[in-house]
Amino acid sequence: MSDHEYTPKSKVGKWFNDRLPLLTLANHLTDYPTPKNLNYWWTFGGILTFCLITQIITGIVLGMHYVAHADLAFQSVEHIMRDVNYGWLIRYVHANGASMFFLAVYIHIFRSLYYGSYKSPREVIWIIGMLIYFLMMATAFMGYVLPWGQMSFWGATVITNLFSAIPLVGESITNWLWGGYSVDNPTLTRFFSLHYLFPFLILGLVVLHIWALHVPGNNNPIGIDIKKPSKDTVPFHPYIVIKDAFALLIFLLIFAFFVFFSPNILGHADNYIEANPLVTPAHIVPEWYLLPFYAILRSVPDKLLGVIAMFAAIFVLVILPWLDTSKVRSTVFRPIYKQFYWFLVADVLILGYVGAMPAEGLYLLIARVATAYYFAHFLIILPFLGFKEKTTPLPLSITEPVLGGSSDMAMARNNSDLKEKL
Amino acid sequence: MSDSEKKKPNRRDFIVTATTAAGAVGVGAVVWPLVDQMNPDASVKALASTEVDISAVEPGQSITVLWRGKPVFIKRRTQDEIDSARAVDLSELKHPEKDEDRAKNPEWLVMLGVCTHLGCVPLNDKGDYGAWFCPCHGSHYDTSGRIRKGPAPTNMEVPKYEFVNSNTIKIG
Repeated sequence: MSDHEYTPKSKVGKWFNDRLPLLTLANHLTDYPTPKNLNYWWTFGGILTFCLITQIITGIVLGMHYVAHADLAFQSVEHIMRDVNYGWLIRYVHANGASMFFLAVYIHIFRSLYYGSYKSPREVIWIIGMLIYFLMMATAFMGYVLPWGQMSFWGATVITNLFSAIPLVGESITNWLWGGYSVDNPTLTRFFSLHYLFPFLILGLVVLHIWALHVPGNNNPIGIDIKKPSKDTVPFHPYIVIKDAFALLIFLLIFAFFVFFSPNILGHADNYIEANPLVTPAHIVPEWYLLPFYAILRSVPDKLLGVIAMFAAIFVLVILPWLDTSKVRSTVFRPIYKQFYWFLVADVLILGYVGAMPAEGLYLLIARVATAYYFAHFLIILPFLGFKEKTTPLPLSITEPVLGGSSDMAMARNNSDLKEKL
Repeated sequence: MSDSEKKKPNRRDFIVTATTAAGAVGVGAVVWPLVDQMNPDASVKALASTEVDISAVEPGQSITVLWRGKPVFIKRRTQDEIDSARAVDLSELKHPEKDEDRAKNPEWLVMLGVCTHLGCVPLNDKGDYGAWFCPCHGSHYDTSGRIRKGPAPTNMEVPKYEFVNSNTIKIG
């Protein structure tokens, strides 16, 4: 929170602010002290906010033309693509926007993992973030069902059938989810309703996410606390605003490339065939951003245990702040964790790859090893590493390595000029 | 407040408990319709049975019909297929069921064409047992629709059905 009291300059502003302190909030947001060593990996929060707003606006517009009915949905999507003015653009932005949203959120999550942003005192920010991530997956899944193509239908069938693995009540739950005895019109209409609702829940959680962030303030690449009072921070506006805006423009270049040059590369050709409950496509694959979890699901030979493993893969992330026992936040000072971090990145990418491949032979073996390693990373390596690892010395402040003229902490520390300055 | 007053429930405690209990019942009564509206509705349940003409199905042939939005396989089995299904030792099966119980009339096998793993439609005349194979996650079924290999936990389900006459089956 800003350290000073704020009073609006104009009389009207003061009158209003005394009754509803919106101007105080705006002032807090512009003056919000931000660590001055934030790198470009920190720009993804702003990019994600942009993605959410884009999805909501394009989604509301698509909802004006889309018809949520099993007999009409597929045609109405084609109607949007062919007849509605700029319908093709709006739909391609919405469809590719989902992928861009996940791309950004994965970078955002792995940034947090690298710099220890989930650790005390930021556990609540992390957990809210995981809730957002979970809702994003649910929203994206339901959105993918709406065009009512073959992948929509069979993806919905496979995912809703996950719940049939629950002992005793599984079948009642799936019938309740479907509103029938299979995925059909009642399923489509409720998915449309919830697909419209969830982004607004996400928006609410984003407000809480940012609120929780503004209590302790940003983590930073060095992961040490900001000294107060100090010159460790810069005001959010204009310094971070302009940096975020620049990063967003670069991100939009990639976004626009997909929308205008290869709008279908991330989708499946099967989804341009209308849903047919009698024919399952030869190879059912979820969207790319769900593939690692799909690989975990398929790597377990038992149905119930497979479903449990898949949900556990998300749940271990939620309790991560308590699994990582190291007090040092940033990986910069954790030489051994740094290696395991990159193993994990590789492991998740491998899971994503085998998730897209048929579940047999070598692929299945790789998926099993990668699944075992995924859980070992969080449940064995992280808890023990915190006790065993010898971390390198932390700088005194985030200004120290900057003054030392080197990004290498050890060199900065030995710089004799710096010792005099401090 | 003294200790004795704390321990002994008084009239106010009674009112609080009674109000909470009545409130909980009220909330439940309001929530249940909102939950139950998602269950299969009357129009869905009304489509509970369907009659199928099987006069044109030759031995070895299989037809697929839609019942409650799900495919139903009606297979007229050859003698070889019946023999291989009946010869299997029950101890070999993941979900032990006699073929005699699954196909009352041995020539006709009627079952939901839904893989019990995650609900895909298995392909006919495929897989290690020359019967059904699910392309989604690799479950193999035998000529009785019983799970033999792969992640599916149970045999393909046999719905309630009856022969109305020698040419017609009523499913449901």
